[in-house]
Amino acid sequence: MSKTKDIRLMKGNEAFAEGIIRAGCDGYFGYPITPQSEVLEYLSVQKTKERTGMIVLQAESEIASIHMVYGGAACGKRVVTSSSSPGISLMQEGISFMAGTELPCLLMNVVRGGPGLGTIQPSQSDYFQAVKGGGHGDYKMIVLAPASVQEMYDFAKLGFDLAFKYRIQVMILSDGAIGQMMEKVELDEQIPRLTDAEIIKKYPWATTGKTADRERNIITSLDLNPVKQEIMNRKFQEKFKRVEENEVRFESIHCDDAEYLFVAYGSSARVCEKAMQLGRDKGIKIGLLRPITLFPFPYEEVARLAKQVEGILTVEMSAGQMIEDVRLGANGAVHIEHYGRLGGIIPAPSEVLNVLEENFIKSKVYA
Amino acid sequence: MLDTPTLTKEEICKPENLVYSRTHLMTDAPLSYCPGCGHGTIHRLIMEVIDELNMQADTIGVAPVGCSVLAYEFLNIDMQQAAHGRAPAVATGIKRLMPNKFVFTYQGDGDLAAIGTSETIHACNRGENITIFFVNNGIYGMTGGQMAPTTLPKMKTATSPFGRDVETMGYPLKITELIAMLPGTYFVTRQSVHTAANVRKAKKAIQKAIEYQKLNKGVSFVEIVSNCNSGWKMTPVESNKWMEENMFPYYPLGDIKVPQ
Repeated sequence: MSKTKDIRLMKGNEAFAEGIIRAGCDGYFGYPITPQSEVLEYLSVQKTKERTGMIVLQAESEIASIHMVYGGAACGKRVVTSSSSPGISLMQEGISFMAGTELPCLLMNVVRGGPGLGTIQPSQSDYFQAVKGGGHGDYKMIVLAPASVQEMYDFAKLGFDLAFKYRIQVMILSDGAIGQMMEKVELDEQIPRLTDAEIIKKYPWATTGKTADRERNIITSLDLNPVKQEIMNRKFQEKFKRVEENEVRFESIHCDDAEYLFVAYGSSARVCEKAMQLGRDKGIKIGLLRPITLFPFPYEEVARLAKQVEGILTVEMSAGQMIEDVRLGANGAVHIEHYGRLGGIIPAPSEVLNVLEENFIKSKVYA
Repeated sequence: MLDTPTLTKEEICKPENLVYSRTHLMTDAPLSYCPGCGHGTIHRLIMEVIDELNMQADTIGVAPVGCSVLAYEFLNIDMQQAAHGRAPAVATGIKRLMPNKFVFTYQGDGDLAAIGTSETIHACNRGENITIFFVNNGIYGMTGGQMAPTTLPKMKTATSPFGRDVETMGYPLKITELIAMLPGTYFVTRQSVHTAANVRKAKKAIQKAIEYQKLNKGVSFVEIVSNCNSGWKMTPVESNKWMEENMFPYYPLGDIKVPQ
């Protein structure tokens, strides 16, 4: 019998939940918050304990969720939590502790507008928090930016792989639009969860119970000796450098002959893709660079394109956060402008194209 | 004079004549606790029981922030250091994913009854199959003797220098009585380790709390009212006397909830 593809129509949040199950997740700990509650709801209805043995638990808060993740991750388990902006703020303590103990985990932020309680509508205003730190101390997470429901699904497995490859926290920085929209998703076969014996063999650092054949395992971010603490921190920095060297991911569309460039991720990239087509219909050669990893950021690709194009417009549903990384990459080689909508508003493609024309083309004509 | 048999040096060293030795599951690291503090004794009792039950390979411990933050230096078992107050959540994550392991937390009063109150109450209310050791000395020892949630009324600390004024600073929190009311707790007891007799009783309670976890009936909770001679600014002997006269009336020793 020939294998048929398993294709379904799913919400982004559901696709992510299905993705973690199929990627062999051991445990999910979470707390309801709009616009990502479907993750916990979907997992609850899936009877994951019976399906794969995966544990799903609703915690009393996002703080508890992230520390449950900490406990599970320290045992070498594949663990996940998801939330939206205010909840992710609460989790920063635990994320910093996981950075300091090099615990692998997968985190999902379905971003909504802020600051404060803000709105439940989609936004991209948590870029700085995700990419530049968030919690206390010198650390980075790998940040993946999905632009489709398929990527919400795919990044679950990719996220686990990266998290365990580097012993690092991987955050999927989505938004309310990607989380709530429905698209078709192609699903993979179930990956079996690791057995405890496999975990002991693969992750000798994990707290699995001290046996006679090894020293005790200690998971701690504490060292009161500053010399040792510096050595530990240098080791973290070397790891982040390895990630920067090996894990940059981006998509470029029509960049080869582009005279103008959109740089945008997630929902904004979808808007820009349409705006690019509208522009090309009018004869304006626009390209789109879509960073898929926000850390590590595709600085080199931005630098290369900055020498080619006449202007770059970054489009973000924020007051302008990623633009700082685009400017770092371009290093003054080209004129860069930002366009953003705030408070949960998604810009229209025509609106974005108009901004590009106003900034780079009309100004040129009348100059 | 008692008629005691005299042993030669060689006979004394024979294994069969051994009456006491260093606790097997304690490491060689010197304890960082102040002389006279109860933590060392409590560490030893827990490790003795784990050793006697042959559970070293089955145990995962969690020590959060406070004087016992470095507990993993002294206990020869797999351990996780948790953020301040979060040990019950961390232990939940461990136990849910490693249900066959013995999982315990070791927490102080600031950790368990102030910053971690939510995690404590909800882990107890969910009936997590974990064991919580709660060392209550009524003060923040590690940070230098500030007022704790369990600091007694009128008790002087660095942040209640004229004594705890309950009108403005609130009342000492009897969190152990509080969690004993929850159906998710299975065994709740309060002990001390300031006399040899109390050490023996505490050890029995610790053994029960560890063995009960195997029944999967919910949280086993052992509070140990302990002294903090440095934080209380007393000699160890004075602090034990003060504890008997002041702490025990407010925090009476004994079982609070026993399995039916």
